[in-house]
Amino acid sequence: MPSLGADMEEGKLVEWLVGPGDKVAKGDIVAVVETQKGAIEIEIFEAGEIGALLAEPGQTLPVGAPLARLGAAEDVGVSAPAVQAAPAVAAPCIAAPPPPVPPPAVPAPAAIGDTVLASPAARARAVELGIGLRAVAGSGPGGAILLSDVERHVSTAPTPVAQGGPKGKPGLDMAEMRRAIAAAMTRAKREIPHYYLTHEIDLQSAQDRLAALNAGRTPDQRLLMGALLVHATVKALAKVPELNGRHEAHPYTPSAVIHCGLAIAMRGGGLIAPAILEAQVMDPDAIMQAMRDIVARTRAGRLRNSEITQGTITISSLGETGVDALIGVIYPPQVALVGFGAPRLKPMVHVGTVQPRLAVTVSLAADHRVSDGRRGAMFLSEIDRLLQEPAIP
Amino acid sequence: MTPTDLRAAFITDLTAVAPDLDAATIGDDDHMQTDLGLDSMDFLNLVSALHKRFGLPIPETDYPRLATPAKAVTYLAEMLAAGNRA
Repeated sequence: MPSLGADMEEGKLVEWLVGPGDKVAKGDIVAVVETQKGAIEIEIFEAGEIGALLAEPGQTLPVGAPLARLGAAEDVGVSAPAVQAAPAVAAPCIAAPPPPVPPPAVPAPAAIGDTVLASPAARARAVELGIGLRAVAGSGPGGAILLSDVERHVSTAPTPVAQGGPKGKPGLDMAEMRRAIAAAMTRAKREIPHYYLTHEIDLQSAQDRLAALNAGRTPDQRLLMGALLVHATVKALAKVPELNGRHEAHPYTPSAVIHCGLAIAMRGGGLIAPAILEAQVMDPDAIMQAMRDIVARTRAGRLRNSEITQGTITISSLGETGVDALIGVIYPPQVALVGFGAPRLKPMVHVGTVQPRLAVTVSLAADHRVSDGRRGAMFLSEIDRLLQEPAIP
Repeated sequence: MTPTDLRAAFITDLTAVAPDLDAATIGDDDHMQTDLGLDSMDFLNLVSALHKRFGLPIPETDYPRLATPAKAVTYLAEMLAAGNRA
């Protein structure tokens, strides 16, 4: 069970997308796990062949517990060492000071010394439900009790079932999400000496260019101003690279790649900030496509673990109907957060006269341990410069 | 298509891009952004779905005419009629 944030203690396996014997490549999605950020698709951390699945769907496991055995593709089954699925791929995302020490790998059995044969999943579930395994009829090898037997026992038992606690819509627990946000933001305000800068940018040229471009495109090919803002922000990091990275080790080293997080507000409240991976190589169309994809999967609760644990900077944008400016809180262990207010028509001086122009206020919240105001100002000025000549046809 | 059909199609596409909205509680004069909470990405996805369904170009300058279900039904009926005449 990978850690998807250092405040995560356990996760519930929802679904296996592979079975024993399947060959997998690094990065393949092998399972779905339910967390406070929704259902997360788990990517395998190295290539090989799935040996045995050690956990069953529906089972809740502590972080660090093995989910499956992974053999090298060539020598499967021949004393292939048990590899713990996805151990440290997931650098803790939310709160992380001490390196995570994997807790004991196997959940405590229901009854130590008990001679009842049962799978670990069945035992764990029985403990969770507070039922004795002796009361359950087993259907596995040698009459062993399987997870499905426990579930069947519960569903046919006359006693109330609600012991496990009511769960909301599967995949998204609002109380858990609120707790995760609280933990991350409290840590940010406690540990990160923020400094803040704001700057007003004239977006009228970009807006005119965008309108002309979109007029010749069908709706599914159109660009949003948001994609230009993200593109300019990513490109501006080339000039001030120290704002892009994860402050996890000393000394701090900026990240060479840009995994650009986007704060996405959920209509029911709360927010998730998944990252567009490798955004430094994308043009505005590619950024737009990536944004559509990640917003849709965030709303549907289908993000991948790399997207929620590897962000190197975050952008928060209020969109068209928000207020003038947003002064953000850094998402630890990142070192900068860029906030865009709602673009609005304002009187601005343009070529010597006051004109109504589309304007947006951009802000930077940055970690003073790794950068200073002068560099931050250079970064916002570079975003402004890039938006005067957006890289669109 | 009758206005009722158009409204049903519009609501189907709207609830597809915003699955957390309850079709039964959406009012004819609910504003897409301020009442229903659609952001620019959701709205663009709605326009894309309507474009796909009706084959209408729906330029950005017409977006205000899709601001509420009532306005959208009027707009779609008008555009489809114009298209049929052409």
